[in-house]
Amino acid sequence: MGFIRILIELSLICMNPPRMSCLLAVWLAVVLSGIQAVDRSNFKTCIQSSFCKRMRDVVPGHSPYRALLETLELSNTRLTLQLINDNNKVRLLLELYRLQGNMTRLKINELKPLRPRFEVPDVLIADPPTEPLSLVSQDEGGVVLSLGADARHLVVSARPFRLDIVEGPHVLLSVNSRGLLAFEHQRPRKDTGIGQLTYSVCLYPCLWCDKEEDQADMWEETFKSHTDSKPNGPTAISMDFSLPGVEHVYGIPEHAENLRLKTTDGHDPYRLYNLDVFQYELYNPMALYGSVPVLLSHSTQRTMGIFWLNAAETWVDISSKAAENTDSVQAPSKVAQTDVRWISESGIIDVFIMLGPKPTDVFAQYASLTGTQSFPPLFALGYHQCRWNYKDQEDVRSVDQGFDDHDIPYDFIWLDIEHADGKRYFTWDPAHFSQPREMLQGLVDKRRKMVAIVDPHIKVDSGYRVHKEIRSKNLYVKNKDGGDYEGWCWPGTSGYPDFTNPEMRSWWASMFAYDQYEGSMENLYIWNDMNEPSVFNGPEVTMHKDALHGSWEHRDIHNLYGLYVQMATADGLIQRSGGVERPFVLARAFFAGSQRYGAVWTGDNAAEWSHLKISIPMCLSLGLVGISFCGADVGGFFKSPSSELLVRWYQTGAYQPFFRAHAHLDTPRREPWLFGPENTALIREAVRQRYALLPYWYLLFYKAHGTGQPVMRPLWVEYPEDVTTFTIDDEYLLGRDLLVHPVTDEGSKEVTVYLPGTGGVWYDAFTFQRHEGGQNLYVPVTMSSIPVFQRGGSIIPRKNRIRRSSSCMEKDPYTLYVALSPQGTAEGELYIDDGHTFNYEQKKQFVHRRFIFADSTLSSSNISPDSQFSTASWVERVLILGAHKPSSVTLKTSGQSPFDFDEATSVLTVHKPGVNAGADWTLLFQCRNPLSIVL
Amino acid sequence: MQHNVNWLQALLVLSLSVTLGWTVEVQRPRGVPLTKRQFYDEAKPFTCLDGSRTIPFDRVNDDYCDCKDGSDEPGTAACPNGSFHCTNAGYRPTFIPSSRINDGICDCCDGTDEYNSGASCQNTCKELGRKEREALQKLAEITKEGFLLKQQLIEEAKKGQQEKQSRLSELQDSRKGHEDKVEALRTVKETAEQPEKEAKERHLKAWEEHKAALRLEKEKAKMAEVFLELDDNADGFVDVSELQTHQELDPDGDGTLTDTEAQGLLGGAHKVDSTEFMNMWSNMKEKYVSEVCPPTPSSDLDKDPDSVYPEDDLDEDAAGEDDEDDDDDDDRDDDDDKVISPLQVLEKLSVCERERWCLLCNAALLPFSFRALEKEISFDFGPSSEFAYLYSQCYELTTNEYIYRLCPFNRVSQKPKYGGSETSLGSWGSWSGPEDNKYSVMKYEHGMGCWQGPNRSTTVKLTCGKETAVVSTSEPSRCEYLMEFTTPAVCLEPPNIDTQVHDEF
Repeated sequence: MGFIRILIELSLICMNPPRMSCLLAVWLAVVLSGIQAVDRSNFKTCIQSSFCKRMRDVVPGHSPYRALLETLELSNTRLTLQLINDNNKVRLLLELYRLQGNMTRLKINELKPLRPRFEVPDVLIADPPTEPLSLVSQDEGGVVLSLGADARHLVVSARPFRLDIVEGPHVLLSVNSRGLLAFEHQRPRKDTGIGQLTYSVCLYPCLWCDKEEDQADMWEETFKSHTDSKPNGPTAISMDFSLPGVEHVYGIPEHAENLRLKTTDGHDPYRLYNLDVFQYELYNPMALYGSVPVLLSHSTQRTMGIFWLNAAETWVDISSKAAENTDSVQAPSKVAQTDVRWISESGIIDVFIMLGPKPTDVFAQYASLTGTQSFPPLFALGYHQCRWNYKDQEDVRSVDQGFDDHDIPYDFIWLDIEHADGKRYFTWDPAHFSQPREMLQGLVDKRRKMVAIVDPHIKVDSGYRVHKEIRSKNLYVKNKDGGDYEGWCWPGTSGYPDFTNPEMRSWWASMFAYDQYEGSMENLYIWNDMNEPSVFNGPEVTMHKDALHGSWEHRDIHNLYGLYVQMATADGLIQRSGGVERPFVLARAFFAGSQRYGAVWTGDNAAEWSHLKISIPMCLSLGLVGISFCGADVGGFFKSPSSELLVRWYQTGAYQPFFRAHAHLDTPRREPWLFGPENTALIREAVRQRYALLPYWYLLFYKAHGTGQPVMRPLWVEYPEDVTTFTIDDEYLLGRDLLVHPVTDEGSKEVTVYLPGTGGVWYDAFTFQRHEGGQNLYVPVTMSSIPVFQRGGSIIPRKNRIRRSSSCMEKDPYTLYVALSPQGTAEGELYIDDGHTFNYEQKKQFVHRRFIFADSTLSSSNISPDSQFSTASWVERVLILGAHKPSSVTLKTSGQSPFDFDEATSVLTVHKPGVNAGADWTLLFQCRNPLSIVL
Repeated sequence: MQHNVNWLQALLVLSLSVTLGWTVEVQRPRGVPLTKRQFYDEAKPFTCLDGSRTIPFDRVNDDYCDCKDGSDEPGTAACPNGSFHCTNAGYRPTFIPSSRINDGICDCCDGTDEYNSGASCQNTCKELGRKEREALQKLAEITKEGFLLKQQLIEEAKKGQQEKQSRLSELQDSRKGHEDKVEALRTVKETAEQPEKEAKERHLKAWEEHKAALRLEKEKAKMAEVFLELDDNADGFVDVSELQTHQELDPDGDGTLTDTEAQGLLGGAHKVDSTEFMNMWSNMKEKYVSEVCPPTPSSDLDKDPDSVYPEDDLDEDAAGEDDEDDDDDDDRDDDDDKVISPLQVLEKLSVCERERWCLLCNAALLPFSFRALEKEISFDFGPSSEFAYLYSQCYELTTNEYIYRLCPFNRVSQKPKYGGSETSLGSWGSWSGPEDNKYSVMKYEHGMGCWQGPNRSTTVKLTCGKETAVVSTSEPSRCEYLMEFTTPAVCLEPPNIDTQVHDEF
């Protein structure tokens, strides 16, 4: 939900004077009327953000920084070394760590900071375990350290300071090779009086030689009507990284941008600053709701990652060139090179260089630092029906009934801000939601769930318990003068809980207890919107940077705020169940590590084809940096979709991780049955496909949780040497085995699908037609087409008995889709647990099977022998795609199984093997000839 | 194994209590309605009901889908498109999608859909049946009474209609007088124009002559009129004192028409008769201001023949009507033909002329009442005018926040309960029920616009009731309101025999 809501809300406020709010509403109405897309003037460009401008004004060249090798200290776990800026003699402290799992961490801070600088807490899941760094050689030019095997070295050059990570003859990555390291040391303000100046001069004699003039905006800056008081002065940091041999870089979400990042020469850098952007524009580097400062580089040789752990406003410049390969020991040659420069407003330089070399390695490395995707309850992978707003209990009941009447499954119905009493979250509107438990029980009876919104802005109202308690506990964010920070949001004047404070988070979590959150029940889950945080009357619609979180400025923690909100909410849902139930929390703002707390979505998009199209790269980019549980509002939030767009969006959303329809308050209703029987049928079919594939989705999330591998993947992740795949972002893989190319163009009659993997095969997931890999396939499409292909060599379990909700399907049998490789083999997995508790983790209560088809035998074996879980589900059918007709099919334990063979499609269907899904079993296919692919 | 449902077990003994109270046992596979029982003969192989395939009978309800139409699994959830028959003895039998079998949710009131899910379903059919019978009975009563009321409404409407018709014809009669006058004037005009036309056909020169003659003619007419106007004592002469009532004729512009000046205007005579006045008129006509009415610019009769080459003046006048008639909210007027109606002529008259005209006709015949009556008569009040009683009535419903007001055939509005201005939710649009039941839904359109949204509109659903009342309002979609309205006018004739709940027999 976006900024545009203000109008409606404020005009409501007008009914109860104060006059001022009316005037504001009028002003806003004037300002907002006629806005069709983002009002760029509301958001800063680099030039308007003084630190970005200052840092960007540093041009490549000779770095003033020099390593003082005599200060080098090498312990078992780290190397420290002082750096000096020859221009101002300010010293920095460099720390280098070799981390387990092929990573290098480098930290740079002021040696003697005037005040401590902020170091981001709570993002790393633990202190990353280190491995010993050993000195290989040292001379006056620098030192060489060993990074373990493969002749991998870290070369520290002293004059100017520079780092190179090399492997054999190849430079993998260089730091400060362009001399863009800049560190604005803290300094006393020069105009604050002679006494102070003298004092600081005494303490910091180097100030005498500081040639840097104070620039305008260093101690105060104004954007539009907002002044940032900047009491600590300039504190920005910047660093450059060069990636020889790299032409493709990805990541640093969230931007409405293609998967492959563009160079930023000649325009703004990519910005990372969590903002509530009203009607965002596509294909530009503007900041959006969330930030993950992780950039991935990829070439046919290697995949690497740079994780810039900083929560302040950050800008990322990307440029590329064909560089002289002089760093190589080999003969100089021209190679492509990508240069990346990171700029942040405050904090320290804390960088993790993830050295891959394979995409899966980078995912594992990043997961070892920040954790993996939380394992959602199974039902959260079903379909979610949302709208701003379902008006009352009767509305909820009738929409729920509508799904049954039209035989469309769904798991969650959502309530937006209007459900609460005057936007006082944790309460219910007494007129429209007077009996929440009755409503929730109605959903329990249908084995369905609800999500209610709980935003982090709290109405300032002395009669509102949540406000009263936060105020009395002194847990609100403070303004620069020490009073409670107040801003405008949905409820009117609002306070913002200081979620960086563990005491606040723990109190917030306790609010989700069933006896605290009145009217809540086990099937009520939570949505945290507006957690950038959104402040309607704040600079760039967010919080003032000089607001205070304890001793830290909002400037330091901004991008982290949203993560803390979701963290505290997820903790609350876990605690209310006594630690038994897995939570489900959706958030709009996020940061590195947010994957541990739930799902995110791409915010307030619009009902336009271009927005449908961009949902793919936006979620792919998030998946690359650990956040797999991603989706876009199906149908588009703003505006009203045509029925064609809506159908296509359902078809796309059904194959994206988080599958929720949502709509703006001012749009006409768009429940799936409101567009005529034909479109209803098309939407029904798309949703049913989602439910049939839930076993596969669940498996993918289980694996994402275990390993950090993304659920929704760019093709290059699985085909890292196929250059064709490096820029593809109109199709993607789910896991390894399903390739999806949604139809995202109006009036499409065909799509061209790139099927990767020369020598392999793909099967149309519905017609079972076989196609060769390594080709562009022309696929004619109708309105019912969703081009999906199953990889030859894979086995995917589906549940083909589609019911009202995923919970209703729990005990249903599986159909195995065995898609044979050209070699006549296939492999797949199945994961089953109770679907909603932590027992899979705490008590090892789950089933994890491996299916292998080889030598005309299909067998199921246990992957985790120490697990135990009994499932009622069984195997009702096995389809072998690309099969020969066998003479008989035998289930080892109980004899012959009936089967059909379709000559036209080469599909062999084994009827009702009837084995329990958790059991060991073997199916034997007797053939006149060994079973293999039909050529 | 749990899922292996033996078909023998699936054969149910069904006890069906029917209204007569006797019981019958019918064996058939689970989920099969009696009407299809003959297709499921356990002694024979089963042929899918779509004829696509024949399978051994033991594969019926074996929890594996063999038939494309799902007919082999009427009692399991195996087929994606199957349906399960709930007998629901005591209530209405029904089909549910087979995906609802054993899903843990009780769908059939007899609970037969949850035979293997662990869900414990109560048999609620009798209770439901009783409630339904009660509801139906109540409904029947309402319908019966409502239908009687409707008959009265129809009678009243008939009377009302007759009254209105007679009033209208009265109006039409008195209007006839006016029409005659208009007609007479028209004739004068046409007569005048006839030579013009002929002249045009011959040559323009003759036309110019004719115009001069016509002007003279007109001048004469005007002069005659003025003479009558001036001759206050109606003695057949205009004298100095009579002329002095028109100070505007003052030749020296000093603001006073002296005796001498007046006498000068009358050619030196103290008084003149009409023939003599004709000679003097040219001296005064420039300045003379009529005592009665300023000339109506739109009037054909006053039109300066010089200004327009004669076309079909009458049509032009009618065309002018559209531009001017924009003051009313009644869309139907847009549908009016370009043919000028007496009413429109009436409306076109200036106020002054209207007053003059009213002297000639019945005082009750104010143009607006005429118009309102005509409008009312033109409404579609249903096949027997049973909705006529709603006309010019308003009905309110107060909710938590708002007072909703429905004025049938006029408008719908919403007003905050605790002060604030009224918002239009639409003006009368049309009957918009389905083709076979057009009079069940009213549509009100073009209400106040929504911010970034459509204009507000309201759909009013009419249901049979003894009372005439708004019973609920809602806003199913942004700015699209739904109102439920009860009225006897939609009550249908109750069937002769009492409705009752039938069992499967």
